[in-house]
Amino acid sequence: MAIEVADKTYETDEEGYLVNLSDWSEEVANHIAESEGITMTDNHWEVVNFLREYYNEFQIAPAVRVLTKAIGKKLGSDKGNSKYLYELFPYGPAKQACKIAGLPKPTGCV
Amino acid sequence: MGAPEFQTPPLKEYPVIPILAKDAMAGSRPYVASEKMNEAIGFPGKLVEGWQARAIAKMGELLGKYRSLKVFLDACVHCGACTDKCQYFLGTGDPKNMPVARQELVRKVYRRYFTFAGKYFPRLVGAEDLTEAVLEDWYRYFNQCSECRRCSVYCPYGIDTAEITMAAKEIMDSVGVGQKYTNEIIGKVHRLGNNLGLPGPALADTLETLEEEIKEDTGADVRLPVNEAGAEVLVITPSADFFAEPHVFSLIGYAKVFHAAGIRWTLSSHASEAGNFGLFIGSYEQMRKIALRIREAALELGVRRIVVGECGHAWRVAYSFWNTLIGPFDFLDPRYPAPQHICELTDDLIRRGAIRLDKEANDARVVTFHDSCNVARGAGMGGIARGQFIIPRRIIQAACNHFHDMAPETIHEATFCCGGGGGLLTDELTELRVKGALPRMEALKAVVDEHGVNFMATICAICKAQFSKVLPYYRFDMSMIGGVHQLVGDAIRLGRND
Repeated sequence: MAIEVADKTYETDEEGYLVNLSDWSEEVANHIAESEGITMTDNHWEVVNFLREYYNEFQIAPAVRVLTKAIGKKLGSDKGNSKYLYELFPYGPAKQACKIAGLPKPTGCV
Repeated sequence: MGAPEFQTPPLKEYPVIPILAKDAMAGSRPYVASEKMNEAIGFPGKLVEGWQARAIAKMGELLGKYRSLKVFLDACVHCGACTDKCQYFLGTGDPKNMPVARQELVRKVYRRYFTFAGKYFPRLVGAEDLTEAVLEDWYRYFNQCSECRRCSVYCPYGIDTAEITMAAKEIMDSVGVGQKYTNEIIGKVHRLGNNLGLPGPALADTLETLEEEIKEDTGADVRLPVNEAGAEVLVITPSADFFAEPHVFSLIGYAKVFHAAGIRWTLSSHASEAGNFGLFIGSYEQMRKIALRIREAALELGVRRIVVGECGHAWRVAYSFWNTLIGPFDFLDPRYPAPQHICELTDDLIRRGAIRLDKEANDARVVTFHDSCNVARGAGMGGIARGQFIIPRRIIQAACNHFHDMAPETIHEATFCCGGGGGLLTDELTELRVKGALPRMEALKAVVDEHGVNFMATICAICKAQFSKVLPYYRFDMSMIGGVHQLVGDAIRLGRND
């Protein structure tokens, strides 16, 4: 499968996750978000950017508690919880936000 | 790209056997594993040349190796006792989700190639060639069975239907038809030690964050150690406990129990997974290879006890198979069960007064307990009859003032699968998972209406993830699901016990 953004084609898996992490750009992220029915705001970008930073360091998306703690620090403690993350990414912060961030889908019993 | 469109079934007051809906779930089909994923774990990448002969030969090999499989294939008299016992049949109405019909997909092929009548008079005995269409049916419908074995409880011959599903999956894997969700995950365990693909440094970072959080919440220096040689206890828990909610609350609960009891424990980054998807695909070799990491870690760290966290099929594998897979455990302390379940450990500490719980801490919760299929029907606990039902409930009642069981025909050995077990916990099977959860949701609704239940505790990572996802389809809040040790963690006294 593939997505097309600005005349360029990017390979994705069956569920729309980018196959090549290096294909990611803000335009691609916006495109994926749109197909998920999400309009990216500054707060969405905070999450997506943190996911990418964490992934670069650890080769995996952050655990939910690591993410909520980091977001709480950046956006205020009232937003440092999974309920807020679900408001931003209704299909689940781990899976949907990872997709937009161009990261592989977390697997396992999650 | 959302989930496929479907209608969530309405919750009825009592279970009704559905009107048959032929082929209702014929479109339900998990993604197939890529060549890379299959080959990484030693399976052929894609459907092999001459697959039919190879599949039949594999079936013959399994029949020779597992006497039980032959007995189960021969013994069924099509009495129909199992037909309305499967949550996937009850939720979808698809007749091929009746356990007897699902097994028939294998039996008709078995008869054709392995019985006298089937070889010479196939049409008289309902024997059928293994064609591409049959293989396709196998892929669809054996991926609609969670191997929960509820139907087996009602089978007058005691046929273990899960074993037939596992055999079908093993045959499919052997000819290059693997399922993506399970096979990708097994590859990650071999590579990194856990289903998530969580590398050691990320695990250490996550545990550090959790220690800081507990410190902020409670003021106590509760530790979550990893790779600490010389610890008394090695805890093997599903990697979802590190990663997801509500799973992580139980992990925090275990840590608080060890802290309060003063037991030195450790996790291992080499064996950072309790789950063993080798069971789901019926592969002894995969199961053994996955489990071996645990033995290696235990020896490496020099621990005296191995304790298994809240994971349903992990406990079945540990309780029923570890001894022959990776035993003997003669290097462990003989005074404790090897392996030991975290619930056995906590229950024992509570009963000896070695930890204290303040039930009032959970007074906002009205709790029920969902028995997880592999614990309920595949294992025991505490060395006492029905211990796997008694012990988790005893812990809950020590941690909470308000507890109500669901209807008797939906708990204990009659429990319904959450709908996501056996390697079905993947997004493309959402319709199956939602519909398969129907009987449990009906039982839950009854105690919600009657007793105001607002929390369903369970001891399985798959159950937790599955219910978090499907509860909202039935208009329940996803935070209603959680772990037994989540309740313990919220009620436990961390200071001095006196």
